[in-house]
Amino acid sequence: MTAVMSGAANALLGRRGRNVPWHRSLARLVIIAAIAFVIVWVVVLASGTSAGSAVSAPSEFLKSILNALTISGIYFIVASGFTLVFGLMRTVQMAHGSLFLLAGYFALEYQLDFLGVTGTPDRGIVGWGDWWLPLVIGVVIVSGLGLFIQQVFLRWNQGQDLRQALITIAISIVLGDQMIQHFGGVAEPITLTHEIHGYVNFAGIRYGIHQLFVIGMALGVGGGLWLLLKKTRTGMVIRAGVDDTPMVQALGINVQKVFAVAFVLGSALAGLGGVIAGSSVTTLAPGVDGQWLLHSLVVVIIGGMGSLGGAAAGSLLYGLATALAPVYLPTDYAYYSIIATFVILALVLAVRPYGLFGRPA
Amino acid sequence: MILSRLRDRAGGAPAGGGTGSSDYSRNTRRLALILLVALALVGVFQGITPDPFRHYFVDVVLTRSLIFGVAAASIVFLSAFGGMISLAQTLMYGVCAFTIGNAVTTGGSKGLNLGWNPWVGVVLGIGVTTALGFLMGLLASRSSGLYYLMITLAYGVIGYYFFVQVTVLSGFGGVNQVRAPDFIGEPTDATNPERLFYSSLVVAVVVYLLLRYVSRTPFGLALQGVRDDPVRMNSLGYNVAMHRTWAFTLAAFVASLGGVLYVWEQRAIAPTAINLGGILNLLVMAIIGGVLVLEGAWLGAFIFVALENYVRNVVFLNNFIEESRFRTLIGAIVLVLVLACPDGVVGLRKVRGALPLALVGAAVWGVVGGLQEGDRGAIAGVIVGAVAGIGAAGLVGWLAGHRDTARGVWSKLLSTGRVPARN
Repeated sequence: MTAVMSGAANALLGRRGRNVPWHRSLARLVIIAAIAFVIVWVVVLASGTSAGSAVSAPSEFLKSILNALTISGIYFIVASGFTLVFGLMRTVQMAHGSLFLLAGYFALEYQLDFLGVTGTPDRGIVGWGDWWLPLVIGVVIVSGLGLFIQQVFLRWNQGQDLRQALITIAISIVLGDQMIQHFGGVAEPITLTHEIHGYVNFAGIRYGIHQLFVIGMALGVGGGLWLLLKKTRTGMVIRAGVDDTPMVQALGINVQKVFAVAFVLGSALAGLGGVIAGSSVTTLAPGVDGQWLLHSLVVVIIGGMGSLGGAAAGSLLYGLATALAPVYLPTDYAYYSIIATFVILALVLAVRPYGLFGRPA
Repeated sequence: MILSRLRDRAGGAPAGGGTGSSDYSRNTRRLALILLVALALVGVFQGITPDPFRHYFVDVVLTRSLIFGVAAASIVFLSAFGGMISLAQTLMYGVCAFTIGNAVTTGGSKGLNLGWNPWVGVVLGIGVTTALGFLMGLLASRSSGLYYLMITLAYGVIGYYFFVQVTVLSGFGGVNQVRAPDFIGEPTDATNPERLFYSSLVVAVVVYLLLRYVSRTPFGLALQGVRDDPVRMNSLGYNVAMHRTWAFTLAAFVASLGGVLYVWEQRAIAPTAINLGGILNLLVMAIIGGVLVLEGAWLGAFIFVALENYVRNVVFLNNFIEESRFRTLIGAIVLVLVLACPDGVVGLRKVRGALPLALVGAAVWGVVGGLQEGDRGAIAGVIVGAVAGIGAAGLVGWLAGHRDTARGVWSKLLSTGRVPARN
């Protein structure tokens, strides 16, 4: 009986024959308890919240989950670019949020230019091309800027990673200030084409088609990246570079070219995320760059730097936290939802300092 | 390159250099210290004159430099002796200021309005911040290098959103009309404006001596061992994570002293003071001064605050840098320094030709600025001119190191189609 109980305890604590220090086991126990409590709370106990417990209000629960998936999708698009650059080059791209916002602003400017209007256009006049073309332009401009930053400022000091972080911080300060000057301080949205509009009804809830579209885009980006990294020669070289850059170089592969490709790809993903987010979940305003830099950071700290799977897991977890916390906290305390982000960060760091899928540098 | 050495330490590779800041020639550090003492003496002797420029220079520029310098010194302490770049120090002084604001204010529109004695608020603020620092330091203590930087940045930004969202404690507008102890006086009281300056000066000197002292205690020496080679220190029986945690806690304590002075100076604290911009401001001060020498914190803070106040008076540039474009200028200065002289102004002598060129630039720009814009133009000109000189020296050094590349580019531009053979 004692053996069974201690065996169960050890299995729960993840000991399995290894000699795990007691505080590690305690941390594991706390996390298991926390997860169990959150599930029980959401399913049964959450009656005093704006959503109500999942048992009593299943449609609210489903809606929150779908909202979480939408926001996770955009988190993933932006953070995958960030993690790709870090994984290959050990460069923390602190200007990632600036590129995100800049692409959004360029897309907005070109959309207004195409439509010949000032101010937010009516959704009805925004055709298919009036959204796609600005998106492509924004992404291309930002990719070019990313290439410029990498070639001029980062190429020759490769390997000095703190210095590179400081360089990109300086660039983000300049970019942020210039964006205020050129695009003003008023919050503006990009208008999504009217073809992606309306609602679908299923299981008793109304769900926006544009949210499904965002999820589809994220899946597309994830699938495309997976194909690129696993099935093409470029991807093979990038993965090899992540593991051992000097060896790749020794094999006669032009690593500088691979670095440039990866940096352009990372910048393009920031820009893509910026345009999609600016059309769906956020408006473009000063300060949004810092906000999305935080989102990228949290996702990769949770998921582990340089890992695509980690970015997916991290954005899913973070998206669930940001979407569920405001509606499942007691109504009077809903504004404490930012704590949820910190709690997730703390729990992950307590057991895995390099993130769920990360490895020490 | 000190930053690359930092990386090596963070990565656990055995460091080839000596023990941190002793690498610096004593001359450079002494020069920085003499400069700071001179500035402080300017404040002490000219604070009482009725001249409006000097009045402003002491009561605003020098006082704020001392206050931000205290907070920036906590970044420098962590990076110089612990090998950790922390971006959470802005949050730490913010937490202290918010605690004081909530505890001592009465009848304000925001915050808890507890209305306690200002000194109780100070003790509470420092206590809360230090405890939070211990907790956050513990969570991050198993990381190092870039991970540490990112985790602490996440702390800082999450903290900003916390104070924006939690309207009971602050809300977007922040807490206003925070009372300071009686001996500081009221901000509108024109008779004793230099009291805050003297208080800040005393705190700054105490912090400087404290951090220098700590770096020589057994704890400080072990911390430098942890910075240089965590694996070896671990196998020698030192608890690496706890050394990092206690260092972070001490840094939080120091930053909280900056928070106390900050809230006394501003009489208000709003989340915008600790947003990403505020976080980067403090880091920028540390970078300008050079993140590995304590004196650099106050020097960097002075350069930052002086430019912030006199940016309109920068001659040659004031046509296209208006007041609101201060951040572009400061970003460009940081870029120049990080590219050309990564050890900041304290490490000037490590870049060949930087010191004479910086002096020439400072003299030319300062004299022209002084002639055209008066005292403000002279101060701004000296700073911008020195940075321009450093940038020029860095560019020349880079070109000298890449002579072949430059020649290749040049010959391509001339479209001979052929790179000349190297001899």
